[in-house]
Amino acid sequence: MSADGQGTPHWFDDEAGPVVRPYAMTRGRTSSPGQHRLDLIALVVAERYAEDREADQALSPEHVDIVELCRQAPQSVAELAAELDLPVGVVRVLVGDLVEDELVHVRRPVPPAELPDESILRDVISGLRAL
Amino acid sequence: MIFGRTERGGPPVEPVTLKILVAGGFGAGKTTLVGAVSEIKPLRTEELLTEAGRPVDDTSGVEGKHTTTVAMDFGRITLREDLVLYLFGTPGQDRFWFLWDELATGALGAVVLADTRRLEDCFAAVDYFERRAIPFVVGVNCFDGAARHPVEDVRRALDLDSAVPVVLCDARARDSVKDVLIEVVRHAMAHAAERRHTVTG
Ligand SMILES: Nc1nc2c(ncn2[C@@H]2O[C@H](COP(=O)(O)OP(=O)(O)OP(=O)(O)O)[C@@H](O)[C@H]2O)c(=O)[nH]1
Ligand SMILES: [Mg+2]
Repeated sequence: MSADGQGTPHWFDDEAGPVVRPYAMTRGRTSSPGQHRLDLIALVVAERYAEDREADQALSPEHVDIVELCRQAPQSVAELAAELDLPVGVVRVLVGDLVEDELVHVRRPVPPAELPDESILRDVISGLRAL
Repeated sequence: MIFGRTERGGPPVEPVTLKILVAGGFGAGKTTLVGAVSEIKPLRTEELLTEAGRPVDDTSGVEGKHTTTVAMDFGRITLREDLVLYLFGTPGQDRFWFLWDELATGALGAVVLADTRRLEDCFAAVDYFERRAIPFVVGVNCFDGAARHPVEDVRRALDLDSAVPVVLCDARARDSVKDVLIEVVRHAMAHAAERRHTVTG
């Protein structure tokens, strides 16, 4: 089955993995309006009132799963995708919806142009040593 | 990968998150390395591709576009409650290189795993990180039966800058992998110090 239903030959082969349409649950959207592309290690943090607000909103089960996980502890976009077995692109869209609904906020990692503090890097080294 | 409910009432801890990339040719030991120090999870990124194999514009719809699954290795190392290091094993196939750009953005540094039996397989990764000035360390994975290439031979064969660390490693051994990662962070620190120096004159 090809993605466009016309049997066009693909430039990629089987190793590339199955061709799928994972965007059904995002209604075909590949990103939410006004959203920057979320970094894989951006942290998604549930708002404290998310629990009460969840019920009022028309949320899909996947939206609810994300809020639930983030309420236990802030989660990176990559972790949400791995944990819920959803493609990263789908998680980005769903998180965008939740930000709009003010159920979660996103903490972006250190901007690429800046470098993490030297003291943080020292902590990383000692943390790795102690593993 | 959840690290427990935060205490009732207290604000949740929002850890600082950092990432290190693990690259190298087919079978170089990327998955093994990530698995040696973290609980590994496969991560699916579904990418929208045009016929030419380039990612399509983010805001466009999916109609008529192909989507393909690219799997990569993903591991989390909780260094402290407030400090988390993520490892991403880059997809080995060259044609998925556009994915690297997203992975590489904001990365602390990278490990390029070299298999001395097929050293040329990692040329492309070395080029990639050099061109983007991303600090990287070459890990020479010591496969059984492979001739032990002295570090200097590998350095010469890869035509590496003298500042780039080359370390022998065993991707299966946790301690060895820890050492490689520490080397990446050290190198990133030196790299950062040099950049600051250049900027401030
Ligand atoms: N002797 C030895 N074997 C290793 C080492 N690292 C990996 N291997 C073995 O080499 C094989 C390939 O390792 P992987 O970790 O799957 O390599 P990879 O880079 O993830 O491979 P692809 O994802 O297919 O590109 C496995 O059978 C590993 O057990 C090493 O340091 N020493
Ligand atoms: Mg692998």
